[in-house]
Amino acid sequence: MARKNRPLPEINQSSMADIAFMLLIFFLVTTTMDVDSGIYRKLPAWIHDEQEPPKIKRRNTFIVLINKNNDLAINGEFAQVSELKDRVKEFILNPYGSDDLSEKDDKFVEGIGDVKRSKGVVSLQNDRGTDYGAYIQVQNELVAAFNEMRNDYSVAQFGKTYKALSIELQDAVRQVIPTSISEAEPVEI
Amino acid sequence: MAKFTRKGKVKGVPPISTASLPDIVFMLLFFFMVATTMKETNMKVKLRLPEATETVKLEKKSLVSYIYVGSPMPQYQAQHGTLSKIQLDDKFSKLSDIGDYIAAEREKRDEKERPKMTISLKADENTKMGLIQDIKLELRKASALKLNYSSRKRYTNSKY
Repeated sequence: MARKNRPLPEINQSSMADIAFMLLIFFLVTTTMDVDSGIYRKLPAWIHDEQEPPKIKRRNTFIVLINKNNDLAINGEFAQVSELKDRVKEFILNPYGSDDLSEKDDKFVEGIGDVKRSKGVVSLQNDRGTDYGAYIQVQNELVAAFNEMRNDYSVAQFGKTYKALSIELQDAVRQVIPTSISEAEPVEI
Repeated sequence: MAKFTRKGKVKGVPPISTASLPDIVFMLLFFFMVATTMKETNMKVKLRLPEATETVKLEKKSLVSYIYVGSPMPQYQAQHGTLSKIQLDDKFSKLSDIGDYIAAEREKRDEKERPKMTISLKADENTKMGLIQDIKLELRKASALKLNYSSRKRYTNSKY
């Protein structure tokens, strides 16, 4: 054929930009950039038959109660959310060895050695009518208290913030200050 | 230096070459393609997540299953009322459906990944804790113990 030797005409690329723009706009419109974040919590395993809850001494429990009007009570006394964090820290750390705050026992933690660990448990109780928002506020303060204690401990022990520590040391610090929050079944108050 | 001076009319600014425009656009395109997460579910409940400061980012989206709790959107209120409802996937569900949902979600994952499966509980801040507590109980029964209370990040009052 006569055509055979004719070179293939070059494809016109001027519309490439338009096509790319169209795709770009599609993705721009459909994109949602929000990152999911939240408070992590490990639920206790479900036990079939009713077991007696472990006995904990009164001084080792820190009872936080939210009623259906979203009021907060610490150990039976009315309190504000803003003071919760410091109260929890005081309870767990018990800096002056007070008799009505949590006891401590010895524990060996790999990477740190023998430490005194608090036996304290924060018990979070709520009513069925409590608002979820209020509940999360309280949860947040509790988690913040534990995070701050870990951070303070890391700075005192290693001179670094908790986040700057290696994974192993973070684990060790978590063992020294475990997140001891117990979420009881709700009660009708 | 006469060599460099031009004679005759002063020429206009030469047109900017647009040859690299597609490249730039493609670069942007790839960025958005990678950063995009498509919406997977149609929200049927109104959600206003509570605020918190101590939030942790959810990593590995593939390991996360969602439970939505909130009051139905206006168009569903005639049928479902205004009380808080649970939404699993694309439909309103009952408490008793959670067990099956967890089992189904677990089936979808690799055997290795199953223990790492996380439940993200996206609940409206005005939901009553009674419902949340029931959901938690169902999750415990289904032994889906890794729970994330989904919340918006609040930056004030944070020391970090």
